[in-house]
Amino acid sequence: MQLTQRAKQVNRRPMTALEKIYLWNIIKGMSITLSHFFKRKVTIRYPEQKRTFSEVFRGLQVLNRDEEGRERCTACGLCAVACPAEAITMEAAERLPGEEHLYLEEKYAAKFEINMLRCIFCGLCEEACPKDAIYLSQSFAPANYGRKGFIYKKEDLLIPHPKENPEAYRKALGEKKQAAVPLPNASLLEKGN
Amino acid sequence: MPDTPKLYKVTIDNITTEVEPGTTILMAARKIGGDVAPPAMCFYSKLKGSGGKCRTCLVRVAKGSAVDPRPMPKLVASCRTNVMDGMLVESMTNPDVLEARNAVVEFLLINHPLDCPVCDQAGECDLQDLSYEHGKEGTRYEFKRRTFEQEDIGPYIKLHMTRCILCYRCTYVADQLTDKRVHGILDRGDQSEISTYISKAIDNDFSGNMIDVCPVGALTDKTFRFKNRVWFTKPVNAHRDCATCCGKVILWNRGDEVLRVTARKDEWGEVQSYDGKPGWICNTCRFDKKHLNDWVIEGLTNIKRHSVIGQGKYPGLVMPNETITEVMGGRDPKLMMDIHSISDVNDRDINLSAIPGPATSETFTPNP
Repeated sequence: MQLTQRAKQVNRRPMTALEKIYLWNIIKGMSITLSHFFKRKVTIRYPEQKRTFSEVFRGLQVLNRDEEGRERCTACGLCAVACPAEAITMEAAERLPGEEHLYLEEKYAAKFEINMLRCIFCGLCEEACPKDAIYLSQSFAPANYGRKGFIYKKEDLLIPHPKENPEAYRKALGEKKQAAVPLPNASLLEKGN
Repeated sequence: MPDTPKLYKVTIDNITTEVEPGTTILMAARKIGGDVAPPAMCFYSKLKGSGGKCRTCLVRVAKGSAVDPRPMPKLVASCRTNVMDGMLVESMTNPDVLEARNAVVEFLLINHPLDCPVCDQAGECDLQDLSYEHGKEGTRYEFKRRTFEQEDIGPYIKLHMTRCILCYRCTYVADQLTDKRVHGILDRGDQSEISTYISKAIDNDFSGNMIDVCPVGALTDKTFRFKNRVWFTKPVNAHRDCATCCGKVILWNRGDEVLRVTARKDEWGEVQSYDGKPGWICNTCRFDKKHLNDWVIEGLTNIKRHSVIGQGKYPGLVMPNETITEVMGGRDPKLMMDIHSISDVNDRDINLSAIPGPATSETFTPNP
């Protein structure tokens, strides 16, 4: 019974002496292998080289500060209620007199945790945030041997202080956000030239 | 002469109902129910004399009465206008009324700070609902909004005058529920503000009901301040024997902690009535009974389906029978990770319901 039109008749005749030394077949196979030396590679050497992410890449969350270095988050809970994976939890506290340089609003997140085992990097927290306090950066969560290492606390998520550590701050902002924030000394440099 | 008083026939949005003479259009519309009832920010049916200030309940009277069928020349505030026999009212069917309502919302929001991310009322705020329904996304107001200092009204109530829309409801509560009113409206017009004279504390036993009647977050519970967002707490109906009030309340729980106690509300956002009497609750029930043992739990409060408070709550949920321990021969399953061993949130050693005010940085610093 013939099932398809593509069936091929297999040649089952015994091999000749020339065919038995496989020379032609080896040359045929090696030529395919060697030709790949001269083609473009599809892989990269990962830890040394890194791919550029697309502009809309959604990576690890970052808790933002304003230009004075005050935490923007007011613990309004909108990211937590928007989160489909229920990865975000927080606890709010009132800003005491004398803490105005630390927190932007009268209420702030005393605790803020993202469970990276749960997070699906959908970016809904960024969309829900009314204070521009959380955004998804262009880096991803580093690998870890234990599960506990994936519970990211506020210290892990907060962006470096823009005044005390401007280098790290700009690095953490990423290319996407850097375009929006001008270099602190850019105008001075231009005038100097 | 018939014994029963003659009922007035009134038609609101093409729905006819019969009400007693002396009923306002708003109450007649509420009798019909649903979307026909105009929104109300200042009117509170359980407070005498309230209403007529916010103008959100504007309706058009297309026909004055059966005797005098002329329409009323302007939109009228339905909370202060009584029905006449044969009256024809247009509420949500008239585009003029909806446009007027949008304009009123814009006016109410002129001085409102829109600090909903910080405000404890967010999620159950009448102004939030109203502006979501009728408001515009942007604002045309370019001037500085009026600001006030935060004020403590008594030991339990925080007043954010910036959020106030001057509905006067709280002053009526103080007038009608407590024996001595010590706060009111100072100044006039744009400058008017709610305040106590020389910050005199309010310590009447029913003063806490001001929090419940406030349609915005101007008066908030200091014992609940910043402790949690409303929609993350779980509302359950509960009661206790109270000598001064009805003792029927809603507990807003986080786990086993009672974070807040409020009076029960009916479908119009007003305090529920029992046998014709409004169920106001006293300050002892509201502020001092923050333990589950103080209360008899009745069950999950019925929350409107579209309210954010309903998220994550499933009334009538039947949990399937847990079979893991049975299958495992009585042993508990081995957890890959116990979240409480690493997480700082919901620390069992920090009892938020026990601290009188909002948590601060001192609450969370570990004691040596």
